Amino acid sequence: MAARKTTKQPAEKPNVSADELKALYKDMLLIRRFEEKAGQLYGMGLIGGFCHLYIGQEAVVVGLEAAAEEGDKRVTSYRDHGHMLACGMDANGVMAELTGREGGYSKGKGGSMHMFSKEKHFYGGHGIVAAQVPLGAGLAFADKYQENGRVTFTYFGDGAANQGQVYETFNMAALWDLPCIFVIENNQYAMGTSQQRSTSSAAIYERGKSFGIPGEAVDGMDVLAVKAAGETAVAHCRSGKGPYILEIKTYRYRGHSMSDPAKYRTREEVQKMRDERDPIEQVREMLLTGKHATEDDLKAIDKDIKAVVNESAEFAKNSPEPALEELWTDIYA
Amino acid sequence: MATEILMPALSPTMEEGTLAKWMVKEGDTVKSGDILAEIETDKATMEFEAVDEGVIGKILIAEGTEGVKVNAAIAVLLEDGESADAIVASAPVAEAAPVEAAPAPVAAAAAPAAPIVDTSPDWPEGTPMKQQTVREAIREGMSEGMRRDDTVFLMGEEVAEYEGAYKISQGMLAEFGPKRIIDTPITEHGFAGVATGASFAGLRPVVEFMTFNFAMQAMDHIINSAAKTLYMSGGQMGAPMVFRGPNGAAARVGAQHSQDYAAWFMQVPGLKVAMPYAASDAKGLMKTAIRDNNPVIFLENEIMYGKTFDVPDVEDYTVPFGKARIWREGTDVTIVSFGIGMTYALEAADKLAEEGISVEVLDLRTIRPMDTAAIIKSVMKTNRCVTVEEGWPQGSVGSYISSVLMQEAFDYLDAPVINCTGKDVPMPYAANLERHALITTDEVIAAVKQVTYK
Repeated sequence: MAARKTTKQPAEKPNVSADELKALYKDMLLIRRFEEKAGQLYGMGLIGGFCHLYIGQEAVVVGLEAAAEEGDKRVTSYRDHGHMLACGMDANGVMAELTGREGGYSKGKGGSMHMFSKEKHFYGGHGIVAAQVPLGAGLAFADKYQENGRVTFTYFGDGAANQGQVYETFNMAALWDLPCIFVIENNQYAMGTSQQRSTSSAAIYERGKSFGIPGEAVDGMDVLAVKAAGETAVAHCRSGKGPYILEIKTYRYRGHSMSDPAKYRTREEVQKMRDERDPIEQVREMLLTGKHATEDDLKAIDKDIKAVVNESAEFAKNSPEPALEELWTDIYA
Repeated sequence: MATEILMPALSPTMEEGTLAKWMVKEGDTVKSGDILAEIETDKATMEFEAVDEGVIGKILIAEGTEGVKVNAAIAVLLEDGESADAIVASAPVAEAAPVEAAPAPVAAAAAPAAPIVDTSPDWPEGTPMKQQTVREAIREGMSEGMRRDDTVFLMGEEVAEYEGAYKISQGMLAEFGPKRIIDTPITEHGFAGVATGASFAGLRPVVEFMTFNFAMQAMDHIINSAAKTLYMSGGQMGAPMVFRGPNGAAARVGAQHSQDYAAWFMQVPGLKVAMPYAASDAKGLMKTAIRDNNPVIFLENEIMYGKTFDVPDVEDYTVPFGKARIWREGTDVTIVSFGIGMTYALEAADKLAEEGISVEVLDLRTIRPMDTAAIIKSVMKTNRCVTVEEGWPQGSVGSYISSVLMQEAFDYLDAPVINCTGKDVPMPYAANLERHALITTDEVIAAVKQVTYK
């Protein structure tokens, strides 16, 4: 099976209904506003340690979640807040984990990079670059073993794509036909090293070729293109044909983490992406020009989201720190 | 309502910084994502972005100001239609939660009265016994675990069609089929990660490393993924699985195939570590390991695989973790060991008995959890202790036992504890050098004589 490039056009004719388009808009905007608030709370010292924001990449996870079904699994790296919100985890619980409080998803013991939700089939939040790749294949292995028809979305970055364990995993996933979608979120920078400086071949989606894993490149600033590619990948995996690779070309507006001044790229490069390719603005434009929504409708959505995000910040500030006894719990089951 | 823009923390360690440059002026309209200012931290100059929309009403801290504390108000943002006159500067409120000291673990009592030790026999008197090698016992433990629970599977290099590089899984493919006995490519990092992921989703993998030396390739998944996830997830999910295989020196295989990792794994909270000596323990501990809801490191030994022991011939024989086994009672000195180290311990005890020295020999069986109560109880009787292991001396299992005895049984010790370990060298290939690199029975005997002042 040869790898192929996507032939999908940016969706001039949306393959979704007005309501679906609005839902995608809402989901992306929630992530954007949530992350802005997280950045603010970090600035206030309420969030500590490392904090990696997803701003700019929202269409990737929102588009793919639109292609997922109940019970499908997902696992990702430390840039994980967007994935959690997109799979339906509660904003309050996520924000409270960022502030290290009792009300957080991990009772404050995991932090920004290490969060999980059994209920939402979200398997982390992993801090070691590319460790989530074999873990994701393992989740898919369990699905195949249990014959439950589920698929796993295994997200990793262009930087992680250079780790050896990715190719160990590709080999096993293809060998065993694991229902695993490898989603490479190519935001073009592995921390401060551009793809050009770290990657011998630009076409990361072709790296499954020698394992017989089909792959395609997708415009990750276009949520409809992502959704369509996700549907293709899901259908492939669910039908028992084995893994699939999606290289989704995206862009992060902020630094790698909160303490990254991002001197490895120009301000103009970032601004150009924001002005011309912003995933949320693109959908906003579609909603307005297609007369699916009025400015007032969008303002109302914006207001609702702000309320959710502000409430999460309040919850995260007011939730107590974990009891000191928590230091000694959850070490053994 | 006017809101204050506060000096941001822009790194995990920043407490104050320099407001290098304002990128906006009073009266400017800003929206989320606009750059407000450049701020110098101890590490870099960072751009500081607006989060909310509004009009810059007042700049409170002039550019070029050094030592601006995190969370100090640096400007005021007005909403549409608000006047700058309405601004009342308020003191910055530090909202970061106070840091409280964590409670220290309960300080050890200098001299415990009598530690509570489970001394119940592993099998009742009169239990029918059979003769079995360690190899057969491990296989039987795994097979019984697999018959009992469909979510248990075995994966590793050569475990299925080859029937195991050391024939541990002989016959298992025929019984359980290729779905549950899975040959992997030679890819330890990868398959350890795949197995750990499968355990998150509710399966119970048994991962065979052809030897534990190769588990170094998989260390990240064993420690970072398997051992820590239960804690990091606040108890939501963990890794009920077993990593097993031969550990330590075999014979003449050189430095890269001869390391004892007991002390390495023992250090990690979240892991359990079993290291059986006898076949009955190999079987009983294996069954317990498979049923355990945590990642278990199961350290076997190639030289032990062919040794034969009595094993209870009963339906469901298990051995609990954290319960040492007293192989031999004695009054003059306690030898503590585990795994193949027991060979030297028991041999030394036999020889010392001929010289009239009565040795109590304790087999830890699991080194995490470790039955320190049994060690202390024994030392309270003998007042002397020698530890025996094949691993390296610095940071050895024995050195941990020594520290426990120092803290919890100091008043009972009549001599310093001696740790008999492998030598502090990579394993040599030459037969004579290898013999000297490992612990020897003579060294154990000499250590016992030293602590008994004989």
